[in-house]
Amino acid sequence: MPTRPTPPHLAVPYTAPSLAALFRGFVSIGMSSFGGGLTAWVRREVVQRRGWMDDQQFLSGYALSQLVPGATNVNLAVFIGTHLRGVAGALACFAGLTAPPLLIILVLGALYFGMHGMPGGTSISVALSGMGAVAIGLNLGTGIRLARRGIRGVVPGLITATVALSIGVAGFPLIKVLAIMIPVSLLAALWTRPA
Amino acid sequence: MIVTLLQLFWLFALLSMVAIGGGTGVIPDIQRAAVDTHHWLTAKEFLDLFAISRAAPGPGSMIAVLVGQKAAGLGGAAVSFVAMFGPSSVAVWGLAQFWNRAARKPWRAVVERALAPVGIGMTFASGLALARGTEHAMLSYAITAATTLIFAFTSIHPVLLLAIGAATLLLAGG
Repeated sequence: MPTRPTPPHLAVPYTAPSLAALFRGFVSIGMSSFGGGLTAWVRREVVQRRGWMDDQQFLSGYALSQLVPGATNVNLAVFIGTHLRGVAGALACFAGLTAPPLLIILVLGALYFGMHGMPGGTSISVALSGMGAVAIGLNLGTGIRLARRGIRGVVPGLITATVALSIGVAGFPLIKVLAIMIPVSLLAALWTRPA
Repeated sequence: MIVTLLQLFWLFALLSMVAIGGGTGVIPDIQRAAVDTHHWLTAKEFLDLFAISRAAPGPGSMIAVLVGQKAAGLGGAAVSFVAMFGPSSVAVWGLAQFWNRAARKPWRAVVERALAPVGIGMTFASGLALARGTEHAMLSYAITAATTLIFAFTSIHPVLLLAIGAATLLLAGG
């Protein structure tokens, strides 16, 4: 891990992770995320295991990644890479997250088109729905972890609950909910002083 | 061939730029374009490819690569990959640059504080929406609930949980 002078955009003295470390971290994220739940894996790797960001930085990156169109988790990888190491970091995280799954999907695609049928058949799809059920739990469990550490006070708690229920249960479109709740949350943050 | 590549590029670049809030929202649009408009594949093939893209690790929008592969071989896969992930990644990079430059601005601290509860809400929402969207038997709900608690309160490795989840459904006979 090279020690570099603190980049101007970082507020605290900090040793940025090497490009190889970023690449390896995102290879492991991309290759572990069977059945979805990528966000859980990203937080686990980037915040919990490696300490490259804190929860608040991760959460702003996550929210901003949803505001930009495109696959959220690829966006999040690019955001984290840019945050930590600029363009090169963005490329390292992007490549780590997408290259191994890309190769795998090309091989699976070639097998499928070559055999004119599903490799693995029904047991694959049963195993898949089991992993899907777990992946949902990983996302919800990540939410609980984040909420226990990150929510201080009634107003942020209400904001979290409103976002979760209006999108996740009532099925309102994410972008409309964000268009309302981000300004509301901004007003609340301006109103209260940091703890 | 060139025409197909251009069609692929245009389709996925356009869809990735309207996919606000994640890539999975545009999968019905991919299906419509690939099956009904361009006849690159049949409806059955599309469903199979969707299952394959979910079975494979990595981002769910990788289905674009499979559609490109069917429509125009490896070149089609490459074009689809670049179109699906390139423009949005450049947009995020621009936003992140701006964000980094504002590191010491007082407003960024306020925005960070404001985005935290919203981001936590979206984490819950993504799990809840998935649970709502998939056909769930009682056993699957039980697996989801157990995973939620185990992942939140212990440090058991998630790969182990994935394996247990898959094995449970396989043993229960689907």
